[in-house]
Amino acid sequence: MGSPEPADMQNSKCIIFIGNHIGENMHNSFVQEVSTAIDNGASIIVVDPRLSTIAAKATHWLPIKPGTDLALLLAWMHVLIYEDLYDKKYIDKYAFGFEHLKEHVKNYTPEWASGITTIDPALIRKSAYKMAAAAPAAVIHPGRHTTWYGDDTQRERAMAIINALLGAYGRRGGMYMGVRKRLPKYPVPEFPEAEWSWKDITLDKYKNAAVGLTNVLIDASLPSFPKEHQIKGWFIAGTSFINTIPDRKKMFEAMDNQELIVVVDTMPMEMTGWADVVLPECTYLERHDYARAGKNRVAQIALRVPAVEPKYDSKPAWWIAKQLGHKLGLDKYYPWKDLEEVLDWQFRQVGSSLDEMKKLGVKTFDTGESIYLFPDEDFEFNTNTGKIELYSTDFAEKGYDPMPKFTRHEEPQPGFYHLVYGRAPMHTFGRTQNNPYLFDLRETNNVWINPRTAKLWGIENGTEIWLQNQDGVVSKFSAKARLTERIRPDSVYMVHGFGHTDKRLSRAEGRGINDVPLITKVKIDPVMGGTGMRGNFVTFLLEKPETETNKKEVES
Amino acid sequence: MRYAMAMDTRKCVGCADCVVACQTENDVPLGYCRDWIVESVKGTYPDTVQMHFQSERCMHCENTPCVRTCPTGASHVIEGGIVKVTHNECIGCGACIEACPYEARYFHPDGYVDKCTFCDHRVSQGMNTACVDVCPTSCLIFGDLDDPKSPVSVALAENDWYVLAPEAGTNPQLYFLK
Repeated sequence: MGSPEPADMQNSKCIIFIGNHIGENMHNSFVQEVSTAIDNGASIIVVDPRLSTIAAKATHWLPIKPGTDLALLLAWMHVLIYEDLYDKKYIDKYAFGFEHLKEHVKNYTPEWASGITTIDPALIRKSAYKMAAAAPAAVIHPGRHTTWYGDDTQRERAMAIINALLGAYGRRGGMYMGVRKRLPKYPVPEFPEAEWSWKDITLDKYKNAAVGLTNVLIDASLPSFPKEHQIKGWFIAGTSFINTIPDRKKMFEAMDNQELIVVVDTMPMEMTGWADVVLPECTYLERHDYARAGKNRVAQIALRVPAVEPKYDSKPAWWIAKQLGHKLGLDKYYPWKDLEEVLDWQFRQVGSSLDEMKKLGVKTFDTGESIYLFPDEDFEFNTNTGKIELYSTDFAEKGYDPMPKFTRHEEPQPGFYHLVYGRAPMHTFGRTQNNPYLFDLRETNNVWINPRTAKLWGIENGTEIWLQNQDGVVSKFSAKARLTERIRPDSVYMVHGFGHTDKRLSRAEGRGINDVPLITKVKIDPVMGGTGMRGNFVTFLLEKPETETNKKEVES
Repeated sequence: MRYAMAMDTRKCVGCADCVVACQTENDVPLGYCRDWIVESVKGTYPDTVQMHFQSERCMHCENTPCVRTCPTGASHVIEGGIVKVTHNECIGCGACIEACPYEARYFHPDGYVDKCTFCDHRVSQGMNTACVDVCPTSCLIFGDLDDPKSPVSVALAENDWYVLAPEAGTNPQLYFLK
């Protein structure tokens, strides 16, 4: 869908978030939109095992059992269809497969979903009525980091189907149709065709993968992978695998098999310790970047310029790429002097210039296109049938479920709890924990536990605990328990990005628990290959553990 | 002229941008702050639990126990009702810290008491306070209560609000919209 997702939240009367903790995910423009929506009196419905910041602002909070979202979504469809609350005229004109869907969700009643999700059927109905009353100015936001349980494409499709039943696509307050101003690419000779690419190792298995998949690339980096497409070198930019990639055992095996690992980063993150070569990049405040020209409500181009000079021996990414290009004898692909030259050329193609953009920052263009459908407008959607496919002909052809089904996911063993992780608004993933100001605001994470659960363990607010997952992996560091009514008794929550192990991160090292090593079980989505990371469970250790796994963890 | 601030608890997400903006604008040393975020949780899971954030700072009260208890006159009130501390007149006795019901004052490591100034150096130039300017949810509203058209006057007229520790009789000028 691209960024920003075109949910017309600022004009919406009802916004629905499924496990989407906006506000803790401090995505600035989204947060601003939600703030405007609150000013405009929009209702908010939040589905989350935790009373997240946005759940605390919601008209209805549905504290769902983790992993059961699809049951709720199917029940919402049932209510909208069988209580005649969907947008009939819109569905007749723009949708395909309504009768199939109607039959499909016949037995997915709120009572059925209640037994699975633990949510009161009355609340399921009430929330469905709320969105129906606001429709078409109602929208389920598609969310971010949506790879949870391996049936994530189907969950996203279920959300999209509800948006269609509400008549939200192309409607004010629903989903707008973003417009853009294309910036021509700076002319360079055409690249030679690659002998093979990610597609050759991905699309057989995951037919709807749109980009290269990290889990596939890691599999292809193992010594056991067929030699023909085996990967022997990694070039990693701005991401610390140690703090992001689950199933570490496999990842370390893949790393050991590499002949060369190059890491580009702005900080001495853990990943840089594994690199043969580190290319230090300056931060976004110290460099020019390529211009933004994505889809938005208004077509616009945006420029980033350095606010300060780079510190130390760090360089912008474009400079690093250009130097590597010249060293490799690829001079003809780098005919420009610097990125400013490229940007100026690009801006001139659309009637602006680098000088003008430096003054404006963002320039808007009137493309004459509407971001909403006109009443009764004939419109062709980008599908096989040209309609919104409630029944996906594409999935049917490829052998996937054409309509979302509910699959039961594993439940925790006694004494174990769903591991739910998320974000703190002051930190950007695992990258900023060492920033002095942000460290000052939030120097560690803690483990959220419902007081009823904590009582069973004799855990009090502030008790130091370690976590152990279902496969015996123990957290390297401890964190303090935070007893709070804001979470289900069957789940624990922590903010991702803490528990750094690199001593060069002078402040952040050794602070808090890193969720990533505890995610040893992943569920791969069969449709697009995303790595589902939410199906892991943890238990509490009240004393510093001395297990084999922990020793191994310490060594790594 | 009567400066005041309104803080919309319905919109605040507790990101603490206001805290960092103040620290950098006013050279507040790391480990200290003139404004801060309070998270209040009430009720029990699942039906009654509620949470909201408050961005708090000196309330620039109309009735100022901090100024009354100051033995040197370092704590004083300036134009617009802004409560200030003259650093080189402060002997660091801490009486004002004890007197403040809002814990809005702290000992600066350089030996004096420090607190929010409503960014009077910006406000006197016609600008907003630093915290107001950076707030991504626009939940902080600043202005002159004597002007009925100022954003803060409008916000207080149009919304329900509360103040902290009204029983202290300080008549605080930081209002929380609910």
